[in-house]
Amino acid sequence: MKKKVAESVFSRRTKGDVVFEAFIYTLCVLILLIIAYPIYFIIIASVSSPSEVASGHVWLWPSMPTVIGYEAVFEYERIWIGYRNTILYTITGSLTHLLVTIPAAYALSRPNLMLKRPVMILFTITMFFSGGLVPTYIAMKNYGILDSLWVVILPGCFSVYHAIIGRTFFQSTIPQELLDAAAIDGCSDFKRFIRIVLPLSKAIIAVIALYVAVGIWNDYFYAMIYLSSPERISLQVVLREILIMNSTNDFTMSDIAALRKQELIKYCIIIVSTLPMMIFYPFLQKYFTKGVMIGSIKG
Amino acid sequence: MSHGSLSLAGRKPLLQRLKRDITTNWQIYIMLIPAVIAIIMFAYVPMYGVQMAFKDFKPIKGIWGSEWVGFAHFQRFFKGHQFRNLLENTLYLSVFGIIAGFPAPIILALMINQIRAERFKKVLQTVTYMPHFISTVVMVGMIIVFFTPSTGLFGHLGRALGVTNPPNLLASKTAFRPLYIATNIWQHMGWDSIIYLAALSAVDMALYEAAVIDGASRFQCIVHIDIPCILPTVVILLILSAGRVMNVSFDKVFLMQNDLNLPVSETIATYVYKIGLKKSQYSYSAAVNLFNTIVSFVLVLMVNTVSKRLGETSLW
Repeated sequence: MKKKVAESVFSRRTKGDVVFEAFIYTLCVLILLIIAYPIYFIIIASVSSPSEVASGHVWLWPSMPTVIGYEAVFEYERIWIGYRNTILYTITGSLTHLLVTIPAAYALSRPNLMLKRPVMILFTITMFFSGGLVPTYIAMKNYGILDSLWVVILPGCFSVYHAIIGRTFFQSTIPQELLDAAAIDGCSDFKRFIRIVLPLSKAIIAVIALYVAVGIWNDYFYAMIYLSSPERISLQVVLREILIMNSTNDFTMSDIAALRKQELIKYCIIIVSTLPMMIFYPFLQKYFTKGVMIGSIKG
Repeated sequence: MSHGSLSLAGRKPLLQRLKRDITTNWQIYIMLIPAVIAIIMFAYVPMYGVQMAFKDFKPIKGIWGSEWVGFAHFQRFFKGHQFRNLLENTLYLSVFGIIAGFPAPIILALMINQIRAERFKKVLQTVTYMPHFISTVVMVGMIIVFFTPSTGLFGHLGRALGVTNPPNLLASKTAFRPLYIATNIWQHMGWDSIIYLAALSAVDMALYEAAVIDGASRFQCIVHIDIPCILPTVVILLILSAGRVMNVSFDKVFLMQNDLNLPVSETIATYVYKIGLKKSQYSYSAAVNLFNTIVSFVLVLMVNTVSKRLGETSLW
């Protein structure tokens, strides 16, 4: 309906409007190219011959196609250790986060809870103050969880921000009458939460899970400072070694060809590491954008 | 009678009421417990550890056992030659980041909103949102492969346009900030436009109809309808980003650092990391960190007061 109105409003166009519209479309196409081309270039460069890429002969499509870059990536064991670890961290981390944050968000959405205000104050303070890097690190060390799966899962298992988003969602979408009716029928709080609230909140759970998962997948700082053993290394830390520090000690480089191959491997590894995101992204886009909208509601 | 007992119930002592509340709502409180424990362990215990900023922290003695030194670490930081440089670098990146980066998503949203071809609009949105999901490590890796003058796309583009010796922007002091800010815009412009698009989709169609009947052009519709309608959103987001000027993200700056751009790329966050975890000057690092936290908090407070004065757009 709204769209139809828009059509009718804007169907009458003056000459100036046509020019203006053409200008906007041109600009948008330009922006589209500036954003899409570098990504596209990485894809075509990753399957091109390294010397062709290095000498600037690759512009629009792959030149002298080859998969040697990908072969080298597949043979590089550290990447797969990192990959395996990051998948483990992402799955366990997101699940723990939901397990802690969603029930807390629901609890905070309940009216007439006497301790709600003090707890909320306790939570809100942490949004403005934090111990900072060193005291936090020392705390982790004292807990004895450094360099273990726990340090990936536990510190991020609760987010005040997500709890506030969840609370707002529960308050605005789940009718209190429904919960009251269930209570009269003898439903306990646990039962109401599991049987009524959770099934009605799939959207918000998906949104929070996606945000956390992307955060863990892409995190490199905490993985770098908290995890030191080589067998616990995360994908992003391996990526940093290869992409930024150029330390691919498994590849021996002596001549220009090898150096160029190393450049090629960089393109390949960008694709390999970003692939899961790129595959899932178009399907999940609506959830992510929904997340932005929900997040913008004032808590 | 019933009236009397009601008011009596209201006057019951606090502890008794609390006990009643907990016995009736114990399941709700159980749902809250893991979160409270997490917050205490991972936010409040480190906050308690902040006292090491005023101590000479020795790991063997523990936080409690180390000696007090007052404001010595702060004095050292303020008097040190690094202080001005760090503050400048941090503020440069964030302030110019806001000046250059803040309008971009607004303009993009206004343009996307003008597009009537649904298919193109969808493609444009999908593509512009996508870079947001690229990890910082990969993003910086991309910057490095593209801007390496001899082999990168940027060098080839320069040579194709007739520049014989394209500069190495990665190793340049002057190029670091523009490169950092421009790539940030490239990565996040699309994603940041979502919120403005949401605000634009809420604009009443009747306004456009009336404007068109009065002979307004498309451009006039943007200036007189679209922009005023998203202005509250703009103000809130601007306030929020102003409150964050001290918090330049650690990741990207740190990953883009090299010896040549270090004089402009060392920020408070990277400095805290290096002296704290690399050089093990725990107390000094904690002091620098605390200074940053306090300044940030004061900024948020100030910015909120300003926004309250301006009108109803307050953060809380």
